[in-house]
Amino acid sequence: MMDPLDRRALLLRGGLGAFAAAVQPLRALAGDVELPFGNGQRPLVAYPGKRPLLQTTARPPQLETPFSVFDEGAITPNDAFFVRYHLADIPLEIDPDAFRLEIKGHVERPVSLSLAEIKALPGQTEIVAVNQCSGNSRGFFEPRMAGGQLANGAMGCARWTGVPLKSALDRAGVKAGAVQVALDGMDGPVLPETPDFVKALSLDHARDGQVMLAWGMNGEDLPWLNGYPLRLVVPGYYGTYWVKHLNAVTVLDAPFDGFFMKTAYRIPDNACACTEPGKAATATVPINRLNVRSFLTSLTDGARVAAGSVRLRGIAFDGGSGIRTVAVSADDGRTWMEAALGQDLGAYAFRTWSLGIDLAPGAHVIRVRATANDGSVQPMEPRWNQSGYMRNGVETTRVRAA
Amino acid sequence: MRALLRGSIVLGLIAGPALAAPRTYAVPDPTAQLTPPKGGGGASHAQGYEAAQANCQTCHSVDYIATQPPGRGKAFWEAEVSKMIKAYHAPIDEADGHAIAAYLADTY
Repeated sequence: MMDPLDRRALLLRGGLGAFAAAVQPLRALAGDVELPFGNGQRPLVAYPGKRPLLQTTARPPQLETPFSVFDEGAITPNDAFFVRYHLADIPLEIDPDAFRLEIKGHVERPVSLSLAEIKALPGQTEIVAVNQCSGNSRGFFEPRMAGGQLANGAMGCARWTGVPLKSALDRAGVKAGAVQVALDGMDGPVLPETPDFVKALSLDHARDGQVMLAWGMNGEDLPWLNGYPLRLVVPGYYGTYWVKHLNAVTVLDAPFDGFFMKTAYRIPDNACACTEPGKAATATVPINRLNVRSFLTSLTDGARVAAGSVRLRGIAFDGGSGIRTVAVSADDGRTWMEAALGQDLGAYAFRTWSLGIDLAPGAHVIRVRATANDGSVQPMEPRWNQSGYMRNGVETTRVRAA
Repeated sequence: MRALLRGSIVLGLIAGPALAAPRTYAVPDPTAQLTPPKGGGGASHAQGYEAAQANCQTCHSVDYIATQPPGRGKAFWEAEVSKMIKAYHAPIDEADGHAIAAYLADTY
């Protein structure tokens, strides 16, 4: 074991570009942020390989992207991408040469694939897709509920590089009668009795050619805290399915009944995934596809702007039908204008939008409402469910022009 | 100095094409502490405070508690402690569980 000081000297001498963050001290506290809900104080902490992010929790790490990052464009930089773990035994040492992905269970021939073998599987591809936490924006629900208390920064959009999960499943040969695949990563519980974080997808979904074994993110290796060296990418689905540090895929001939499918990550079994505020759902299903959302990113709530011509910018996305229109109101929803959509990076990506408007001196309530290609529209009033998932009401930004 | 460096990514020799060494990562240590019970000595919630100190941080940092919505009361914290015991199998007996919930409800 090399002394850390020697390693540091090596790193410094090596001038290791992307890993320059390696030589920064961990306690890079860069101040605090006050999110606009009770107990919203968050320290800004720079983890190795990350810029200062809002630390929701330290162990296991949960880090939220500062909202201003979303004004920089449709791609969220790797060092700003949010982090969410469930269980505190996260991998802290990984040998990429020794890493193996097991494909096992209801298959003809279980296989154990190295990273090199995975990268050589047929169909290498890229997709730009949004990864959003199921509980993104939970802190804004009213009444509030337990869980990760997030503002709007538990989302991000990246260009993912990998191969279809189907290619790996084909290598193992799925047996007749298979119905689901279970997905497990290297992170695990502290206590052996605590349920491991394991997710499941239907076999048809897992073999749709889009669900991806990804090793690349925005042209680089996955950041450690985003699942190095391999994670699942499930375009259009909430981040809970995007299993990090993925090292085991088990083909099942009966539905998976683990805690994080059967009990956690459930939504009301109705079209709005909602209930009367404060009420539990009578029937639930596993959370699945993202709903449509949009945000104004160029102005923050409470901002003061110069009266006159203002260029508004923002982002919109949905679960994969793509964005049809983004409408903007500067009078709290009485009248609407259609924004211009930016570059189309694919139906699963953030779609940027912009609109020039005139703001007369005084107070303005700006609302932004996206419509997806599948016809779904953001509701004007936010919906509610017991777990604080899938928030997508039309956002409100109050500004004063002078 | 050493403490300062403890958190650095130690990636081994990554400059060349031969990526032979394991890579390691270090996360910052949690710093948040449980808030002592109200009233200084906190006699009424001493058991809950002590049981929380002894158990909660086995699996998660204190910010998991401190970031929850304020003033949600006893039912909220009873449900949370019950979830930790029943769903996540925290080895906390019933009396300590109720004491922890009462302390948290009174403090957070």
